[in-house]
Amino acid sequence: MAAIIKVKDINKSYQRDNFEVPVLNNISLDVEEGEFLALMGPSGSGKTTLLNLIAGIDKPDKGSILVADTDIAKLSESELAKWRSHNVGFVFQFYNLIPVLTAFENVELPLLLTNLSKKERREHVVAALTLVGLEDRMSHYPKQLSGGQEQRVAIARAIVTDPVIIVADEPTGDLDKKSADDILLLLERLNSEYKKTIVMVTHDPNAASKAHVQRHLDKGDLV
Amino acid sequence: MKVLKLMFKNAFRHKLRTSLTIVGIAIAVIAFSLLRTVVTVYNAGVDASSADRLITRHAVSFIFPLPYSYKDKIQQIDGVELATPLNWFQGVYIDKDQFFARLAVDPETVFKVYPEFILSKEELDNFKKERNSCVIGIDIAKQYNLKIGDIMTIDGDIYPGRWDFVVRGIYKPKDKTIDGTQMFFQYDYLNERLEAESPMRANEIGWFAIKIKDPNRSAEISAKVDKLFKNSSAETKTETERAFQQGFLSAVSAIITALNYLSFIIIGIILLVLANTMIMAARERTREYAVMKTLGFSAKHLVGLIMGESLVISVLGGGLGLLLSFPVVDGFGQAIPKGMFPIFYIEPITIILAVTAALSIGVISSIFPLIKALSTKIVDGFRFVG
Repeated sequence: MAAIIKVKDINKSYQRDNFEVPVLNNISLDVEEGEFLALMGPSGSGKTTLLNLIAGIDKPDKGSILVADTDIAKLSESELAKWRSHNVGFVFQFYNLIPVLTAFENVELPLLLTNLSKKERREHVVAALTLVGLEDRMSHYPKQLSGGQEQRVAIARAIVTDPVIIVADEPTGDLDKKSADDILLLLERLNSEYKKTIVMVTHDPNAASKAHVQRHLDKGDLV
Repeated sequence: MKVLKLMFKNAFRHKLRTSLTIVGIAIAVIAFSLLRTVVTVYNAGVDASSADRLITRHAVSFIFPLPYSYKDKIQQIDGVELATPLNWFQGVYIDKDQFFARLAVDPETVFKVYPEFILSKEELDNFKKERNSCVIGIDIAKQYNLKIGDIMTIDGDIYPGRWDFVVRGIYKPKDKTIDGTQMFFQYDYLNERLEAESPMRANEIGWFAIKIKDPNRSAEISAKVDKLFKNSSAETKTETERAFQQGFLSAVSAIITALNYLSFIIIGIILLVLANTMIMAARERTREYAVMKTLGFSAKHLVGLIMGESLVISVLGGGLGLLLSFPVVDGFGQAIPKGMFPIFYIEPITIILAVTAALSIGVISSIFPLIKALSTKIVDGFRFVG
């Protein structure tokens, strides 16, 4: 299979006060289409930074990142925003749902940037929420849902636009074991049944074991 | 549409905070409207003055009288259409708190020079016929429940004694910018009594109002009037009615200026209150804005969201304030002695200024949180701990 993500010689450092802190050093990485990759490593190893670069929410200092043949390192902020809305689904550790919107409205949010009609949007949202098993919780607000349910809404929001890749940053980090297993099962299903390419950052070996490939980072280097 | 919904939901996420901000804006708009109205009514005399009227008074001071006989001489000056004498009577009606202008006038000419006081022909004829008749403004008639034929008794102070007047006319102002609280009575009634009781004060009046044919000749005619009485025992000073009214205002100009500044300072204070609310709101939502940016929402969406929320609060506060301003200003107008501010209403310009201020506050208050939200990188937004 062809690589859908091609990370080549990227460097990234952050400025902290007067200090430049190197985070990633000449990282190169290929992710095959339909692959489920787990990025592991201790805190500060640069795994979330690498995920952010692949997802186009941060830019490398050097190197190129090709996602489905687009060098996203060369895109402007507005081009990146548009690219993300079409190509990437995000799942965060703390769900990051909008508290004043219902589950339905949260999932519908990315679709507001498309040209879909209200009816079409509704169909997509219902399908996504059904896929994550929350079709009966559509009108619930985040505070009326459990952590696991919130994360499932977040996954529904991530897949509703049918993105090329799904990036997940510690998706089970804030959940109990049962909910974590449900979420991992859901991610596995998205990968196996819906052929979604998934890049997941995790500390949890159990979570990482669900992935096809595990890569470890340490002090900014792939090991 | 959903973004609009999110904007409204965001605005009321902290109901107490938003409600207090709205009430704060409303109170500021009420205070602004009230202060602007006071400033407006101070200037009402100037604004209502007519371009084709001149005022001739004693050159030394307004308090010194002029001979009544000047009237005919002024009348003969080229360009003068009509001159009418007026004399401040004052006196006490009911008690000293009941203040309104009481003027001795020439019934034949006063309503020709002041056509903005509308009186029916029948009432004017009756006013002319009876020596102790008077004409009062409709606001005075309403305030004291006076009707045609009623007697008004005034205790004289400048002109001592008891003075009885019969109401023979009730004038209506041409529009709401015109004073409806004046009382006019025949100068002859005053003068005849002065001739009998204190002849030294007879045949003198306070000032002349002169209607001229061409407002463009006001300077020339003023100079002619003053030249006519140069080196007499009572030299005159003639000026346009506007300049005359402005002369009165100069005494309180510092207060008016202070009120003017104060009205805008209030707007400035409430700007800071709303800006503080918006900064807090935007700070709390730093992660949410990062999420929205991640999902592909652009700067224009965030501008709409944050500025829209600020505008929702400012428009609600401004609208509520404006709505309440009318009864508050009305109540204030009722509470103060009628004669102090004869005309007391919110002018359209005050409404326009209040609406503009509310909208400006909404826009300006959102600038700092907008800059912050737009300049914060997505990754920094996710790291933010509020």
